[in-house]
Amino acid sequence: MGKTRKMVLILLTLVMISSFAGCAGGSGGKGSRKSITVYNWGDYIDESVTKDFEKKYGIHVTYETFATNEDMYVKLKAGGIHYDVIFPSDYMVARLIREGMLQKIDLKKIPNYKYIGEEYKDLAYDPDNEYSVPYMWGTVGILYNTTMVKEPVDSWDILWDRKYKKNIFMLDSQRDSIAVALKKLGYSLNTRDKMELKAARKELIRQKPLVLSYLGDEVKDKMISGEAAMAVVWSGDAVYTMKENPHLAYAVPKEGTNLWYDAMCIPKSSKNRKEAEAFINYMNDPDIALRNTEYIGYSTPNTGAFEKLDEETKSDATAYPDNQSLKDSEVFEDLSDIISTYNRIWDEIKAAQ
Amino acid sequence: MVSRFLKKFYVSLIFAFLYVPILVLILFSFNASKSRAHWGGFTLKWYVELFQDQQILSALKYTILIAVLSSAIATLIGLAASIGIFSMRKAPQEILLNLNYLPVLNPDIVTGISLMALYIFTRMPLGFVTMLLSHITFNIPYVILSILPKLKQMNRHLYEAAQDLGATPVVALRKVILPEIMPGVVAGFLLAFTLSLDDFVISFFTTGSGVSNLSILIYSMARRGISPKINALSTLMFSSVLLLLLLVNWLTSRENPERRNKIGKNKENGSYLTDTGHDI
Amino acid sequence: MKQRWMAYPYIVWMILFIVVPLALVVFYSVTVQSGAGIRFTMENFRRCLDPIYIKVLIRSVVLALISTGVCLLLGYPVAWILSGKEYSKKKILYLLIVLPMWMNFLLRTYSWMTLLERNGVINFLLTRLHLPPLHILYTDGAVVLGMVYNFLPFMILPIYSVLSKLDGSMIEAAQDLGGDAFTVFRRIILPLSLPGVVSGITMVFMPAVTTFVISRLLGGGQFMLIGNLIEQQFLSSGDWGFGSALSVIMMLLILLSMGIMQRHEQESEGGVLW
Repeated sequence: MGKTRKMVLILLTLVMISSFAGCAGGSGGKGSRKSITVYNWGDYIDESVTKDFEKKYGIHVTYETFATNEDMYVKLKAGGIHYDVIFPSDYMVARLIREGMLQKIDLKKIPNYKYIGEEYKDLAYDPDNEYSVPYMWGTVGILYNTTMVKEPVDSWDILWDRKYKKNIFMLDSQRDSIAVALKKLGYSLNTRDKMELKAARKELIRQKPLVLSYLGDEVKDKMISGEAAMAVVWSGDAVYTMKENPHLAYAVPKEGTNLWYDAMCIPKSSKNRKEAEAFINYMNDPDIALRNTEYIGYSTPNTGAFEKLDEETKSDATAYPDNQSLKDSEVFEDLSDIISTYNRIWDEIKAAQ
Repeated sequence: MVSRFLKKFYVSLIFAFLYVPILVLILFSFNASKSRAHWGGFTLKWYVELFQDQQILSALKYTILIAVLSSAIATLIGLAASIGIFSMRKAPQEILLNLNYLPVLNPDIVTGISLMALYIFTRMPLGFVTMLLSHITFNIPYVILSILPKLKQMNRHLYEAAQDLGATPVVALRKVILPEIMPGVVAGFLLAFTLSLDDFVISFFTTGSGVSNLSILIYSMARRGISPKINALSTLMFSSVLLLLLLVNWLTSRENPERRNKIGKNKENGSYLTDTGHDI
Repeated sequence: MKQRWMAYPYIVWMILFIVVPLALVVFYSVTVQSGAGIRFTMENFRRCLDPIYIKVLIRSVVLALISTGVCLLLGYPVAWILSGKEYSKKKILYLLIVLPMWMNFLLRTYSWMTLLERNGVINFLLTRLHLPPLHILYTDGAVVLGMVYNFLPFMILPIYSVLSKLDGSMIEAAQDLGGDAFTVFRRIILPLSLPGVVSGITMVFMPAVTTFVISRLLGGGQFMLIGNLIEQQFLSSGDWGFGSALSVIMMLLILLSMGIMQRHEQESEGGVLW
């Protein structure tokens, strides 16, 4: 009987201890302190910035990350979690606005909005700047290792060159990968033409034997350690990896590419609008924006932060390309009405052997 | 002779296959370079930094908290349920047992998404509570599966005899039945604890709001390169389990042989059940 | 005994967290949500019959079968050797097989990536030995390797458990009656160990056919298995109806094969696992 009682006692103690620990652990987030949940891309912030924000405003930040716009959308739509600040890209902002999933942002509460450069305002995805504040921008291009690629890289065609069989990384993101094929074929990356999309699908399936892998953030590590000759990447990741490995170079193909903007928005389901606006304003403080852009390598739309960058970065064509090289580039539009076609194409590419 | 050598050689090869990745992991926890590809000299800095990393510590906290809570609650519910099921008539017993097998047999991914669908359908915010509920749910069947065989082995008349001798049902339960089935209860608890500790798939679908366990953290880290701090943490956890097992082994082999036999038998009956629900 | 009521909390729990969620998945699989409301349809299941998805299903089953086969080939001899009398340190060896499972499986799988990479440990050693480097990572081979590595203990343990309980006198009798080693194995040991083999096969095949992590980490996102397809529907495409239909199909597939396995087990008087 002694044994039995002991066992029950142990069990009870364990339950007690852990529930105490639970209270102690939870109180940080749930107490009387204000708290916001931020949903950002993985690896897309200098995390000490959120710590400083917490200290300065006494608002606790729960930080979560996603890998693609689509993942973010599904999670937001499912409604299991109330996010307060999200970081969608251009076309996703448009979709969220159209579906009524965003709150209007009161720009009066964001005094630091004045630092946003004029060319990043009034963009097609949010024509009156009512719902979004730009966070970063950039291009999509080819990151290549100059020890393995000796020829000049200026066209998407090189991704279909058999010389580089099993030496190519593609993005594990449907919109971006399909856009590469559309641009290679000379089509608009916002096409709704079934035939053009079909052709893009065929190109990607034809390319598949040459592709080593479809990757997300891990592409950075792999390119730095020389696992493949080239990879399709976002420009900011190119900036970061080129710093780590001097043999890497970045090119925006002559056929044009995707010019993109990631913005900060407040979902309708957010109940902490005031705190969310404080967060967005804090992120636009020139010093904070500078820390973020220097840490992650992406290009800032914040003129205050841009001025503080060193000359070398300011003139870096990877991060801040001139208008000439972007003349054939397009911004993604919301194509959610034909999203099932896109999903289907992507399924077929992934399932192809 | 030759066959004996061949056997040894073969077993060593298999063990090498099982342990090389683990050795590599441990080795790289002492690597001064952050990269997985290069050896930059010996260091202990990851072990120091580990205890300053809020993200890892929080994941560790939730992992242990959920494992302890879910296995304790699952053991209590499962213990009661086993006794209840055991005393039922055949037909309802069969139905319940079959239902009980569902989460065991179902692919983890189906269990995970069905629970996620439930939480989202009922507008429950995903986070600590939902993850805990899910872990309890997948733990209970294993607890029951470890306790029921013990109940069946028990002498059916023990309980009645106790009552004939004047024990109230509660007393009879506590003093007669519980001690008999205790090994099963403990095995069930440990089983539940290990399953919860290592779960990825079900947690992945049912958590949110910044609550993640070690598996989820490692999965998200795999995208951008796993920090050697995680290697350090795993090395610590692995060596403590190893020490514990060696200790238990040493202790049991010192006890009298009859007892040892019994424990050995229990192990064989229950232990590989441990792994049925192993999720991937 | 009149302790039936003690099962009631669990019955309530079961209904809430096992029956209702599964019913929800079935519900999602046969409905389509449109602006006008909810409509019953078999569209989702019809879509599963599309050749590209059938291909994914076949591919998952084939890879899982290969892994199960390799596990059986590698694991049976280990179980047999360990169950032999000559090993005094049996228990330690047994523990050594269970022990790796105490390290997070994601981490162990990730460790294979370190080993298999182009500039990884194995290729480093190979080039030192002046051998040509291997390209394994992001191939079917890597996925199978990952499955075999993760699930091998599940094959060894049940077979070991059955073999170590074998009645030694029966084997001796067979030997006395003039059976050579192979005949004894084929006629006595193998049939008697079949229950262990059957539960080993289920315990390897089941998680292998449904995995989405191993194929993601070692297959590099280009080898889609049914697990990846389901995950994608729920977390990325947001097509819950289709995802649910796939889940229902997978569930039926598993339960069906379990049923067949179980029947087989009962015929051979096994009942090792359940």
